[in-house]
Amino acid sequence: MWDSFGFEFVNYYFVPGLVLGCIYALGAIGITLTFGILRFANFAHGEIMMTGAFLTWTFLELSKLIFGFYFHPLIACIPSIFIAIAIALSVDRFFYKPFRDSPTIMIVMASFGMMLIIRSLVQVIWGPNQITFVKGIAKPNGILRDLSGSFDMMLLVPSKHIFIILGTLIIMLAFNYMLTKTRIGKAMRAVSDSPDLAKVTGIDVEQVIRATWYVGGFCAVMAGVFMAMDTQFIMSTMGFRMLLPMFAAAILGGIGRPFGAVLGGLVIGFAEELSAYPWFGNGPLLSPGYKSGVAFSILVIMLIFRPSGILKGRVF
Amino acid sequence: MDALIGYFLYFLSLLSVGGIYALLALGLNVNWGFAGLFNAGIAGFAAVGAYTFSLLTTAESTFHYGGLGLPVVIGEIAAFLIAGIIAAVIGIICIRLRADYLAIATIGIAEIIKLIFKNEAELTNGPRGISKIPRTWEHFSEARYFSSQPLSWFGDSQSWQAFFDSLVNWWWQPLFAMTILFFVFVVYIMLEKARLSPWGRMMTAIRENEVAARAAGKNVTKRRVEAFIIGTMIMGLAGALLAQHLRFIEPTHTFDPSKMTFLVWVMLIAGGSGNNRGAIFGAFLIWFVWSASELFLNGFIDIIGNIFNGMDISMLKNRSGYLRMLLIGLVLQFVLQKYPKGILPERRPAASGE
Repeated sequence: MWDSFGFEFVNYYFVPGLVLGCIYALGAIGITLTFGILRFANFAHGEIMMTGAFLTWTFLELSKLIFGFYFHPLIACIPSIFIAIAIALSVDRFFYKPFRDSPTIMIVMASFGMMLIIRSLVQVIWGPNQITFVKGIAKPNGILRDLSGSFDMMLLVPSKHIFIILGTLIIMLAFNYMLTKTRIGKAMRAVSDSPDLAKVTGIDVEQVIRATWYVGGFCAVMAGVFMAMDTQFIMSTMGFRMLLPMFAAAILGGIGRPFGAVLGGLVIGFAEELSAYPWFGNGPLLSPGYKSGVAFSILVIMLIFRPSGILKGRVF
Repeated sequence: MDALIGYFLYFLSLLSVGGIYALLALGLNVNWGFAGLFNAGIAGFAAVGAYTFSLLTTAESTFHYGGLGLPVVIGEIAAFLIAGIIAAVIGIICIRLRADYLAIATIGIAEIIKLIFKNEAELTNGPRGISKIPRTWEHFSEARYFSSQPLSWFGDSQSWQAFFDSLVNWWWQPLFAMTILFFVFVVYIMLEKARLSPWGRMMTAIRENEVAARAAGKNVTKRRVEAFIIGTMIMGLAGALLAQHLRFIEPTHTFDPSKMTFLVWVMLIAGGSGNNRGAIFGAFLIWFVWSASELFLNGFIDIIGNIFNGMDISMLKNRSGYLRMLLIGLVLQFVLQKYPKGILPERRPAASGE
């Protein structure tokens, strides 16, 4: 089994697919939560992600300036998480809250505008060009290679990918605990199921909305930083590039279903990477130029044939 | 005198691009203002029109398909029709999606369209784009046009060459701007007719209360597909005109969603959705604000540079385009919150007819 096929497939298609899937899954959590609780498609979500990555880069450079060495991105992202959550909360306060009782379309338009405002702000501050996030070539993790080597396998997984996969797993577990065990998590699920009923039972909906932005903002920054760690560069259009795959993941999993979003994210991530695998014959199944089209196609097909998603989410 | 001509030409180009945006906004008004369809794929449909026009009308080229060298008018009609055919396919599949779902789907489709134009390099020359696109009026001075029918009936190549040499080199520019405005005018008249007709009233009924319209025996799905196709055809035509104005198109930057999709939405919302006059007014207003903010911001940055001596303003200058986008975004938020119906709100036709 573990011949050149297995080596090539696992290292060059499966693991990158898993990593991409983790990133999409984290981003899709925020989208599916706002979709479920605030009931609109938040177009600005990708930009929060992108802003988080740019802030993290800034703190990385600051750490070099002050301490003389680069922190690990996962440490440098801590202050940017707080800033990004503050941004998400103030955007909600000033641009979304006035439309709580208006037709949904108004708030969608507002988020559409926010997308542009946040992106141009980032472009004004950091410039439109691509910035190197982490320098150097990522070497495969030696421990994992030797360990898998003793089983006659050869896993060439860079450390950054191990960080991304484990980090996503930890966030998922914490998120699961929060949704099922804590008071606010249960309130979030209640509001997602039926806002009116939740209000009647005395749940503070505004508090739940704030919690949504906390969780969504946190996951978005983590997704942005993971994305930056993976590709090793950041640019101002990465938010928009990620937005549609994340929408696809949220819809694929079922709107308002956080674990559906995770599942959807993984499916989209795998589909994008595996579409370039030479399944039949020698050439790639789909030219790599169309890789990003895979997510769009899944998105459109899902919307048309099963808008409730895999896990039977809500359809508005 | 030269400066005056310069201003005049600048004004004409403002008018041309404003007119192209007015067409896009009118098309969007049919989608959104008439039928309530959240079409967020304007860039993709304009790209379809632009590429159709360019491939049909450019001179033969080794870089992309054909360059069939057809007359400009045929290119425009083809852009109009092909955009309609593509919209029909998309519309029939997607039309039952609710507002934000349709927005997501149309963005996705627009991105797929752009990906196809980018990757099918044999057809479209990929990211390197198509250049030397003929422009209405100006194209008559190209040898391949005046040496063939119908221009060759009126004179031979030499005499045409001499004639065009005798004109000022911007002779075509007022004519081109007027042609675009003529298109805007024709589309406006037709859409006003449509709005006041039973078809238009049915549209409003469907948009306001779909269930009631369905109960009254209206074929809601069919009407919405029609509105989607008509709006998109207008966008395709606008794309063809945009290709003429730019003379060079490529998939990524020319059809950047923030400039092609988002700006059009701001224009329609600011002008007043549902009102054709509002769409045109909003398009010219936002386009003039957008262009004026360029001059204004550059002047402002110069002043900052003078106040803080030695400050490096070149960085600010480079990024002023993004600052303008930021301002336009804030304008949208302001209009949304203060004038949710736009500057020229929709006016319903009187119940009895006129």
